[in-house]
Amino acid sequence: MSDISRPTGKALLVLGCPEAPAQQAIALYLAHQLRTHGADLLIAGNPSVLNLLKVSDPDKHYIGQTMVLEKCIEEIVEKRLTADPCVVCAHNDAAISYAATMRHLLPDSRLVVIIFGKDPEPLAASVDFPCEKIVEKAVHNPMQLKNKVNEVFGWAVSRT
Amino acid sequence: MGCIENLKYEMLLPLGASFKECREYVEKNFKEVWYVDPGYKLFDEYIIGLPPIALGLDLGKIVFPYTKPCHGTYLLLVEDADEADRVRKTARKKK
Repeated sequence: MSDISRPTGKALLVLGCPEAPAQQAIALYLAHQLRTHGADLLIAGNPSVLNLLKVSDPDKHYIGQTMVLEKCIEEIVEKRLTADPCVVCAHNDAAISYAATMRHLLPDSRLVVIIFGKDPEPLAASVDFPCEKIVEKAVHNPMQLKNKVNEVFGWAVSRT
Repeated sequence: MGCIENLKYEMLLPLGASFKECREYVEKNFKEVWYVDPGYKLFDEYIIGLPPIALGLDLGKIVFPYTKPCHGTYLLLVEDADEADRVRKTARKKK
């Protein structure tokens, strides 16, 4: 029987609104890479973004465990879950609020905020809390974003 | 909006307001301002945002930001005297 009073340590991927297609691709890529590198991954997002992933990966080869964002925050606040690293995908102000929340709730964890979309620079400028930022103008094409993710995480560049 | 969606609320700022716009609105328009951190529980929901999160109180009315991933931050007003009193006992007052 597992000890439910002991917080569970995971790598956490927090996804924002799924309207920018690049997020879907980079989420699956991050999931693959983090799990390949040994992380016990949890993906959190709203039901739409989680359903996009579940339909894309029905056998869960890449995505692993998922959780609705509100529930994930509850688990962290109530200290039933902890996460390190925490990666947040953000292409709007709301997602930056979620990243700031994760910074506050997980003060000692590595926090990487991936800021993308049509005009990511103003959004990136609004991030005034400690974190690693990946900033790239990307809506449909995830390739430059993927390259920067590889750089920040120290992953070897793939040929695809 | 979970439990908050079931409350009788008034929306003070239109959809798509930024979190900082919500904070500035509360600080500018309410005499009684209290601050909480992300994860503070209000109406059985955990509040999201950049700390410090400003809450406005006016007798039994509470004004607070509520963030949804696809819509941005709503600034909502809900009348609940008991919850307002709980905020006064548990939050930090603006100096």
